[in-house]
Parts: sequence; C-alpha cells; structure tokens
Amino acid sequence: MVVVESVIMNKVNMRTLDKNTRIYNFEEVNLGYNKSEAIKEASRCLNCQNPRCVKGCPINIYIPKFIEAIKKDDIKLAYEIITENNLFPGICGRVCPQEKQCESMCIKGFKGDAISIGSLERYVADEARKLDIKTILKKKNNGKSVAIVGSGPSGLSCASLLAVEGYSVTIYEALHKAGGVLTYGIPEFRLPKKIVNKEIEKLVNLGVNFIMDAPIGKTLSIDDLRNEYDAVYLATGAGLPRFMGIKNECANGVFSANEILTRINLMGTNTPIFSGKKVLVVGCGNVALDAARSLKRLGINVTIVYRREEEEAPARLEELKHAHEEQIEFRFLTLPKEILVDGNNITGVKVIKTIVECLEDGKKIIKEIPDTEENIACDMVVMALGTSPNPLIKEGSALSISDAGLIEVNESQTNLNGVYAGGDAVTGAATVILAYEAGKKAARKIIEDTSI
Amino acid sequence: MYKVVKNEMISEGIYLLEVIAPLVVKKCLPGQFCIVMANETSERIPLTIYKYDRDTFILSMIYQVVGASTLELTSLKDEIYSVVGPLGNPSELVINVDTLKNKRVLFVAGGVGIAPVMPQITYLISHGVLCDLVYGAKTKKLIILEDEIKKIACDYVIMTDDGSYGKKGTVVDAMDNLEKYDECVAIGPVVMMKYVSLKTKDKVPTIVSMNPIMVDGTGMCGACRLIVDGEVKFACVDGPEFDGHQLDFDLAIERMNIYKTFEGRKYLEMLEGKTHHGGCGECNHE
Repeated sequence: MVVVESVIMNKVNMRTLDKNTRIYNFEEVNLGYNKSEAIKEASRCLNCQNPRCVKGCPINIYIPKFIEAIKKDDIKLAYEIITENNLFPGICGRVCPQEKQCESMCIKGFKGDAISIGSLERYVADEARKLDIKTILKKKNNGKSVAIVGSGPSGLSCASLLAVEGYSVTIYEALHKAGGVLTYGIPEFRLPKKIVNKEIEKLVNLGVNFIMDAPIGKTLSIDDLRNEYDAVYLATGAGLPRFMGIKNECANGVFSANEILTRINLMGTNTPIFSGKKVLVVGCGNVALDAARSLKRLGINVTIVYRREEEEAPARLEELKHAHEEQIEFRFLTLPKEILVDGNNITGVKVIKTIVECLEDGKKIIKEIPDTEENIACDMVVMALGTSPNPLIKEGSALSISDAGLIEVNESQTNLNGVYAGGDAVTGAATVILAYEAGKKAARKIIEDTSI
Repeated sequence: MYKVVKNEMISEGIYLLEVIAPLVVKKCLPGQFCIVMANETSERIPLTIYKYDRDTFILSMIYQVVGASTLELTSLKDEIYSVVGPLGNPSELVINVDTLKNKRVLFVAGGVGIAPVMPQITYLISHGVLCDLVYGAKTKKLIILEDEIKKIACDYVIMTDDGSYGKKGTVVDAMDNLEKYDECVAIGPVVMMKYVSLKTKDKVPTIVSMNPIMVDGTGMCGACRLIVDGEVKFACVDGPEFDGHQLDFDLAIERMNIYKTFEGRKYLEMLEGKTHHGGCGECNHE
C-alpha cells in the first residue's frame, strides 16, 4: 500500500471553503485534512534516509518521523515528535511559508508536488487538540525569574521553553490581549483566534504570568525589569508602519495595514472601520494580502498594486492563490506616485508602470517607465509596505540600537548585561517561525547564562 | 481590570474618572496621556492625565461625552477593563524646567483642555516658573475646575463664547501683552490651538498638545499621523506636544472627522435604540 501511494505525484489538496461564499465571512478558509486524506498524503512521503526537508525547516522538526507516525495513525507519537522542537504546530502549520522552507527541499517536489508538510503538521496539531493530548512536563521551579517583553511568537516560544525548565516567567504586553501579531495582525480566516488562545492557555497552565497594558519603555523601563528579574528577553517585534512619503498620504482614507488589521482582528465590532467602496492596497506581502482579503470580506472592492512581478511577491503562495480566487484584482509592476484628493477625501491614485532590471551582480532594481502614468479611481488606500521595529523599548535605557532601529545582539545578548533580544526587533520584519526560533535560541542562552 | 474610584459628572457632559493604576502613576509626568477601554470590546480612547497621586496610586482623567465610546465610559461603576500608560512624552517645559526659572509662561486652555493644563501649571509653579492662564469654554456650564484654579498661584482670565461667565469672547481675544511671555502652551480644541498659534506667531514660541484618533498609542497603527514642518509625525510616540507654528492644523482638523458619522450614529443608537437605520433616505446604515 505504502509503496503504491508513494509514487503518486499529486498532493492531496486541503479542502477549502467555497470561494464565492467565504468572502462574506471571516471563517477559516482552509478546512484541514480528515484522517484518510492525511494518511493518503503522508503515504506519499518517501521517508528519505537523508531528509532534506528537515534542513529546510528553520527549527529542524524531524519531519519524516512525524509523517511516519501519521501513516500509522499514531497522533500522540506524531505530536510528541513535533513538539520536541515546536510547541505551536497549530500556528506554524497554518502560517509558515512552507514552499520556501521544508517543502522547497522535498525530493518529491522535483518531479511532482512536494509533500504538504504544513498541512500535515496542522492536522497533527488539530487532532491532538481534539484528543487533548498533553506532552509537556514542567521541571521543578528553579527559583529564577525572567521577564519577557512582547507576547508575539518570539516571546511565547521563549516563555514556553523557560517555563518548562522551571523558570518563573512573566510576559509584558503593550496591548490588552496577548499574542502579538498572531492576535492583532493575522486575520481569523487564516489563523482562528481560538487556536492562538489555546496556545496561550498552554503557557498559562505552565505557570507563565501575563501582564497586559504595559508597553515597556513607557510603563516600565528595561532597567526596572532588570532590577526585578534575573534576565530579560526583548521580543518587541516590528510594529511601526512605513509610509511611502508620496503626496497626500495623510488624507482621510489612507491607512496603514496595521490600523485596518488591528481594528478588524483585535478591536472587533465596536470599533469604527472606514468603509470605502474601492480600496487600493499597496504592497504584496502577507500583511498586504491579509488587509486586502479582510477588506474584501467587508464588501469593499480590492485592488493590490505591487511594483514588482508576482513571482517576487513575499506573500505565501497559498495566500496569493486564495486572494486570486477571492477576486482580488492585482496590478503588478505598478508604483503609486501620488494620492489624488478632492478636499481631504481620496478620489484615486496616480500610478506609473515599472520594469524590473537585473544588474550584473544579480540584484534587481525597479525602474519607472516614462509616460506611463495613469489614475486608478478609489476612495481608500491601505499601505502595507513593511514595518520597522517598535521605537519605545529603548526609552530610559542604554540599549544599543542600529541606525535602522534594530536591537543589536551577539548570540541573543544585547549590550546590556542580562538583557537578551530576538525576533523581528532584531532582524526586521520576518516570519512567525523565525521569530519563534529566535525565542528558543534566547531561552537556551538564558538557561546557559543563568546556570553558571 | 482596574478599580474605578470615581466616575462622576462634574458639569454637563463632563466627567471625572479616577482609577487605581499603580504602574501608570509611578511613572507619569505632566503632559502624558493614557489609553482607556471601558470593556473588552470597547474602543481604545486616549485621555490626558489630569492628576496623579503617587501615594494612593489614584490616576484622574477628565473626559467629555462626544460619541458612543465616551458615552459608554459613563456607565462604568466599579471596574474599567484597560488603562495603558503613561504614553507620549512628558511636557517639554516639565523636562526643561531648570532652564525656566523666573520665566513667564502663558497657558491657554479650551474646554476640557483645562484638565491636562492643570498638572503642568502646578508643576512649573512649584519649580519657580511664573504662569498665567487664559481659560475659555462655550458657556458657563462648561467651565470646570475653577476652585482648583483659584488654589494655584497664577493670574487667570475666564472667557465664554456667549458671555454667560467671565468675559465674553474667545481665548484669543484675551491674549494680550504677549511680549512679556517666554513660552505659550495651548491645549484644547484643534481649531482653538490653530488660532492661538496664529496669534503668537513670530512673538512667542508656542507648544500645542494634540489628541488625535489613535488605536494602540505605541506607534503601531499610524492613525494619529500629523504633518509638522512638512514631515509626517505620530502624535503617540513623537508627541503629543508639537510646535504650534509648524503644525498643519487644517489637516489635523480633517483627520479628526474620519469616524464622526460612525460614532455619532452609534451614540444615537445607544440613546434611542436602533431607530437610525435608513428610513430617512439620508443614510445607508444597515
């Protein structure tokens, strides 16, 4: 049986909500595998002797081993294998750009579809949750305390590892709800909040203490935390939105993707959301697509403009596919030049066509094509051009920050004794999984340094 | 959840809210603000700090009911869901108080703008700075805190638009002898701050305190964008104080209006029930 299945070139596609009806709600688009689908997909895995997928995974989950367990329908074993490296498979299975990581390395991908590793990881996480499987055993309290700043993926992963090792962990969060980008940024239809809340609940059960409404740098300084705890981990992420600097960018109706997503995801129904009839979303990363697809669900006509080609878009492949299915219009190789207004209300955006040129060193540059300006009519514009690190954290401390605003570290260690940092605050805006890995790395370093 | 000590109407539509917020009170300085949420699903509202007591950890804020979100605040009795702060930067004059000894500062307050002005004046006077105050409101009923003003050692003038109390006229009408001032601080409605700044232009350096629409208050949403000297600034992290002679007030006024219709409708719904749903043909509310 296994032999027969393993020669099948085409993957088992995850079932999704109907593309015509899902644009009227915020329910999760991907429905996940059922048991037979999961086993069928798992059976395509060759269980390579030298698994390339593991190398492609930023946290080196032993992928073939957990897939073998799925083949045998042993969810508990599969879950144990994954959670050896990753405590949040329900989140990573949903939001990792697998096509650029594990799945890009899969040998099956050369002649057909790579194994759907992300979908299988998600399947294991969801089944384990249904079966209420618990794997974590907490060591005895070691009397040491750590403060973690920020409750996004990096903070959560650092907290989980330290809590298991017996540290007393307190997480400080600036907003009123925990989860960072998982809560305020990624929409419900991509990552249901009940999954995120469940993961946070796991940490609460491990004894992790959460303090909300506490932006560090303001409510307390790094030094305040340093005085109270044995170590401090800064996982403040990259939350400061960028704007283009073009004319009329402060007109009513121009928003950062962060504002739109925060209002929809975090604030919910009581918050006002500007409802235009036609919106232009600038950018083509995951945040841009999240904003575009959220606004589509509010009944707004959406066009995405991106100055490069689709192949270069940083968004996950699946999000691009879903966005196309949801009739979001794309204008690639198009660059906004000016926002057109009548009074302070938007009437459109003046754009110009671009061309991507390859330089000798392989670098790609974007050039405007003269005389190709045109006006696209719209009454709302959302800027999703990437984000910069949170500027508040350094206030009242001597924390070393680069010119780009990034916290400078050497193996997770900042210039301040006992203060560590990781995730987007150190690297600039990246992915959930890289932030997760940085949190783990810092936790290991904290364990090493505080055990001396 | 934070304990509410007091939430009472002190004048028509104006409320004094006192909460116990130790972390905020330990750190805050005059000029800073907080973001409060009445309940878990409420809007986040920026409120300037009126008073803080480092012994009892009581934080006092004054707010005026202007829409659905502030109306909801009035219903709080024992607890408030969220109080975040202190946000923004402390007042520039408070930070540089050592350089201001024996200098004279003119404070101009409009409406509930008197609330954030009070701790600044108190702080500066206690550090040897001379302060005068011009305080204006639409009408007598909207003049608040006069007993508190009397207690502090500063000359003050009260103005009302309709002349029902103090002198008739706007705060700008009462601004004279500008040459005797080294600094001016104006806090109140944006349009008032605009005209105060026009009046002091080329005469007195003027600081205004902006309170635009915000979501997080930590630099994350960009809703509070303002243009100062041609550059985009975020009121929450770069402000809330800015140079009144450099700020684009007309843009700020426009930006304050973004959600007015939404808030107004919700306000009417809260008062009158769902009667505002399009029967008039003037609105398309669902």
